[in-house]
Amino acid sequence: MHVATDHPAWTTPLAALDPSHPGLFQADEMWPYFARLRRDAPVHFAESPFFGPYWSVTTWKDIVQVELNPQAFSSDSGFGGISIRDRPKGLELPMFIAMDPPKHDEQRKVVQPIVAPGNLARLQDLIRARVCHILDGLPRGETFNWVEHVSIELTVQMLATLFDFPFEDRRKLSYWSDSATMIAGAGGHVDSEATREAIFAECLAYFTALWNQRVNAPPRPDLISMLAHGEATRGMTPREFLGNLILLIVGGNDTTRNSISGGVLFLHENPGEFAKLQANPALLDSAVPEIIRYQTPLAHMRRTALVDTELHGQRIRAGDKVVMWYISGNRDETAIEAPDRFLVDRKRARQHLSFGFGIHRCVGNRLAELQLRILWEEILRRFPRIEVVGEPKRVFSSFVHGYTDLPVRIPA
Amino acid sequence: MPLITYIEHNGREHKVEVPLGHSVMQGAVDNAIPGIDADCGGECACATCHVFVDPAWLGRTGTPDAQEKSMVSFASTAQANSRLACQIQVTAALDGLVVRMPEAQH
Repeated sequence: MHVATDHPAWTTPLAALDPSHPGLFQADEMWPYFARLRRDAPVHFAESPFFGPYWSVTTWKDIVQVELNPQAFSSDSGFGGISIRDRPKGLELPMFIAMDPPKHDEQRKVVQPIVAPGNLARLQDLIRARVCHILDGLPRGETFNWVEHVSIELTVQMLATLFDFPFEDRRKLSYWSDSATMIAGAGGHVDSEATREAIFAECLAYFTALWNQRVNAPPRPDLISMLAHGEATRGMTPREFLGNLILLIVGGNDTTRNSISGGVLFLHENPGEFAKLQANPALLDSAVPEIIRYQTPLAHMRRTALVDTELHGQRIRAGDKVVMWYISGNRDETAIEAPDRFLVDRKRARQHLSFGFGIHRCVGNRLAELQLRILWEEILRRFPRIEVVGEPKRVFSSFVHGYTDLPVRIPA
Repeated sequence: MPLITYIEHNGREHKVEVPLGHSVMQGAVDNAIPGIDADCGGECACATCHVFVDPAWLGRTGTPDAQEKSMVSFASTAQANSRLACQIQVTAALDGLVVRMPEAQH
């Protein structure tokens, strides 16, 4: 671990340390704060001006312990759900990731078949055709925003397919996704919770029309039809339908979007690793999970303690907010060798926390890997390199760990 | 050491000796047998070491606990003889065990 002892991360008294500030993530300066916590206070209490009091869980082992104990650590939206930011009272958003068993299990099983092995195999050719089309349309010798032209475009196309959503309207999906995760009043288009609710109402109305078409038609293998016909989901309230839509929209595009952008950045910063991959594309087996580990597109998941309990010597009380920092666990030197290095041929690269562990583990993890894999296979076939030619702009969030701008140039 | 037979979804067989006390998952990973991903490293937390235990051996591999049952239940390929290989410890009584792999780990 690199310790620069004059950095505020190492000199601030522990009691005043707040790693959740979205500005730290936007500036990409959160890393030393988590290194300090892993070393000096692996389970740590802080007060945030944005999010109130919360516990940080920062090591691999402790994160796994919380993940595997849903009886003590609830995901329920009624307690605040799965992100550090509480939604305003009365505006809770029930969705299956923010439910506990048994209801979580029942609803999850309705949508799980969308990523069954046979379905993924059927999607491969479609993904490849789209990847080729997008890559072949990129400008050469000119600067453009990779996030906009590739990461968002590819993932909303995929999401439109999974929902069987009108293709020409697909950018509504990324708009709704960004609207759901953005911190209100922080400079983006969501200036208040009322604005967010108005955008949610548009989203719900649009999808309700799709639901009404599909509920009266025979079941088909798209997410809306599956929800409309699923025993555990066909009787959902409109608010629960909205919640599950937001879950599938955010989970289905924003995460992969940021891993796609992150991969370009990491391979630009590590030309030796890019050369290894060019020489041996079979290394994508480990390079793809390594990109997902190194990016950690969701920096954390949050739980709420249901009972008084002890974690790594700290006393956590019923009702406390507990934040599992995946982004820290993925850099835990006691679990991962040389965790700060990006290595396309990393041994056991699949062992990372980015998808979460336990019953809430990412439903779409194999689809995310498939998209990344096909994208990189086709990039390696076409481009000698992708140069990042300016500073990336990062999202103001300690939940979504991603980029809004990644200026790149593909040599002519 | 007990001999374990791992059969990939495509039918390819791998017979390997696995030390007592190791898990059936470790046996696959240590011998680089394709088809077992073991993303969580053996914590019963990811369900990517999913196997089908040959019915003749079900009586000797024990019964899954609640955590394992719940993780397996999310796999769309799950069957009555589904287990997570990380939760089966190799004992002398498992000499000859046969496990098959699903189409893909998820």
